[in-house]
Amino acid sequence: MSATELDTVEARTATDDKRVNTKELRTARGLIFPAVLFLILLTQVPFLVTIGFSLVRWNLLYPNDRGFTGLSNYASALSSGDLWPSIVATVLITAFSVVLSVVFGMLFAVLLDRQFVGRAVARTLMITPFLVMPAAASLIWKYSMFDTNIGMLNWLARTLHLPVVSWSTEHPLMTVVIVLTWQFTPFMMLILLAGLQGQDKGILEAAQVDGAGTWRTFTWITLPHLRMYIEIGVLLGSVIIIQVFDPVAILTKGTGGTKTLAYLLYERAFIGLDVGQAAAYGVVTVVLTLIVATVALRTLFKVFMAGGSR
Amino acid sequence: MRRTKRALTFGAGALASALALAACSSGNVSSDSGSGGGDGENVTLNLATVNNGQMKDMEKLKSEYEDANPGTTVNFQVMEEGDLRAAVTADVASGAGQYDIVTIGAYETPQWGANGWLVDLTPDLEADSSYDVDDLLPPVRDVNTYDDKLYAVPFYGESSILMYNKEVLDKAGVTIGENPTWQEVAAAAKQVNTKKMAGICMRGKPGWGDLFAPLTTVVQTFGGNWYDNDWNATVDTPQWKQAITFYKTMLDDSGEADPVSYSFNECLTALKEGKAAMWADASVAASMLEADDSPVKGKMGYAHMPVVETQESGWLWSWNLAIPSSTKQQDAALKFVKWATSKEYIELVGNEIGWSNVPPGSRTSTYEIPEYKEAAAAYAPITLDVMSSVNPKQPGVDPQPWVGIQYVSIPEFQDVGNQCAQLVADYIANRTSVDDALGKCQSLAQKAGDAHKG
Repeated sequence: MSATELDTVEARTATDDKRVNTKELRTARGLIFPAVLFLILLTQVPFLVTIGFSLVRWNLLYPNDRGFTGLSNYASALSSGDLWPSIVATVLITAFSVVLSVVFGMLFAVLLDRQFVGRAVARTLMITPFLVMPAAASLIWKYSMFDTNIGMLNWLARTLHLPVVSWSTEHPLMTVVIVLTWQFTPFMMLILLAGLQGQDKGILEAAQVDGAGTWRTFTWITLPHLRMYIEIGVLLGSVIIIQVFDPVAILTKGTGGTKTLAYLLYERAFIGLDVGQAAAYGVVTVVLTLIVATVALRTLFKVFMAGGSR
Repeated sequence: MRRTKRALTFGAGALASALALAACSSGNVSSDSGSGGGDGENVTLNLATVNNGQMKDMEKLKSEYEDANPGTTVNFQVMEEGDLRAAVTADVASGAGQYDIVTIGAYETPQWGANGWLVDLTPDLEADSSYDVDDLLPPVRDVNTYDDKLYAVPFYGESSILMYNKEVLDKAGVTIGENPTWQEVAAAAKQVNTKKMAGICMRGKPGWGDLFAPLTTVVQTFGGNWYDNDWNATVDTPQWKQAITFYKTMLDDSGEADPVSYSFNECLTALKEGKAAMWADASVAASMLEADDSPVKGKMGYAHMPVVETQESGWLWSWNLAIPSSTKQQDAALKFVKWATSKEYIELVGNEIGWSNVPPGSRTSTYEIPEYKEAAAAYAPITLDVMSSVNPKQPGVDPQPWVGIQYVSIPEFQDVGNQCAQLVADYIANRTSVDDALGKCQSLAQKAGDAHKG
């Protein structure tokens, strides 16, 4: 095939592509439109309504005293002193839970990546915590694990003649983190397991032939390969855990630095019954989450990227 | 290209989380509106109620009422306490008129009565001699009265008492009188406290209805209160500090190990399982400790709530039936409310369901029924005694501008009580000092009190 011929073919394809593209694009847009409309109705309208509420003075218990109040809900939300501790609590709980569940998830994924009898059963059992409803999981932990009288952790402590630990009272943050880690380890494990199983066995064999030990193979070949999967796991995990509510409501009631933003919002809306202020907190939370999600996570991953080359 | 993709992923993730939180914050309470077609003969009454045993018994017995009143259907909507409060408040406050009869606590009645949200029941009930409105226990009647008008009638009521495991205390040679003081109880708790069994179980779970129900009564008997007669907050007083420090010291010395996890149900389990020797809480617990399946049945002793400076320090709570003024079927609703709180209804529960299931604490005459006296011999006399001797108009040492014992009947109290409970829980868990906790609580309480001055 001569150079000229090739050029003509390429040129023709380009024009065709353009023509087809405009047409296809229109159809594609038309097809997506209902879904987009639905998405906007379902997500953006409530958000706009929330912004509207946040500008209104509206406490359910004072039905007659209702009206436009400007930014005073924001002023009280920012000046009450509840916001900062709540941000700290959310960040700490999310960070600890995500990191711990990635670590444990990795451990179990590596173990499950081997061939052994009953592997399918083991995998199903490992996934179970993620399938338990969050509220039920918290209740299970509250009574059968953390309880000072009948909990298994304290039974173990007593058997080993260690002091009994009052989890919710003495270590509220750790209590919440433990439950969340238990719940999200399977989630991370699944993602990482998918990554491990997608790994080219040939490369591993080559490494072995080259004399790399298990640890070196893992840190220099498997880990860089898994980076993308870790990123996705961390991102999804953070997005889910940042809204954590159930363990806080059931185990600690927001004491001892566990009042996450979601729990703070709940308190303002359903105990304070102050719709305006709760909406203001909601909007502030959204803005903060946006900043965290775009800036912080991005920097985090840049650090990651510098660590290992793809 | 990769960078853009990554940026897009981040954007999508960020948006998703933002939206989720936004949806979270704008969670409106939506409730399906029941059909309230009340034309002519056929009447449907919508009743919102709380998922307590006594209320479920009422649902079981509603057919008796429907049979006696052909054409009337009573539609029960049973909810958790928190959900009920939110749903009913939203409905009644907006005048939506979805419910014809609502179940409300003693905390709500005077506030809602003052707002004009409830029908005044006084004239109808006084006119009906067979209903015998004077038979209602006077303190319970007081907490449901605002401006001399009865806005709700008690379905059942309770106070708080001290419950103790007689076997354990006898073994340790400890005796508890009929009217103990808190110091005596703390000393006794310390004496019977062992590694395997806590001396006393007290609520420590943060919440205005959890920790602060018993704690407010402790504060009041120590001479403190939430507000003085002019709505000045009085939380940073020495009396409060004394009461809170006492409560914490008692928990530290001989209380359950993990107080922040403990409220009514947890303490009930601990007592039944022999993990705690004493417990000061709602009088209704006695009927559960004496139930047939309880391991401590017949081993328990009961006494008045411990005191310090006051004569009595039991609390007073009742679940009541009220009619929102937005209902279109006031007459039919009133008829049902009367039936459900009548002497005949109590007889009906006793005969149909069992005498120990009778709703207690609403009528004096209940305590004169021989069958009930026999079924509840262990705790009925003391419950009646405590319930008729507490004074909701002035439970503490000094006069107060509201009627009620373990709560302040202002709308802000749920919020103030809740936040203060978290501060006190932090103190109980040694995360903050008592002065710091009470100082913060004082400013929260003052902000709420200011709205009611003048």
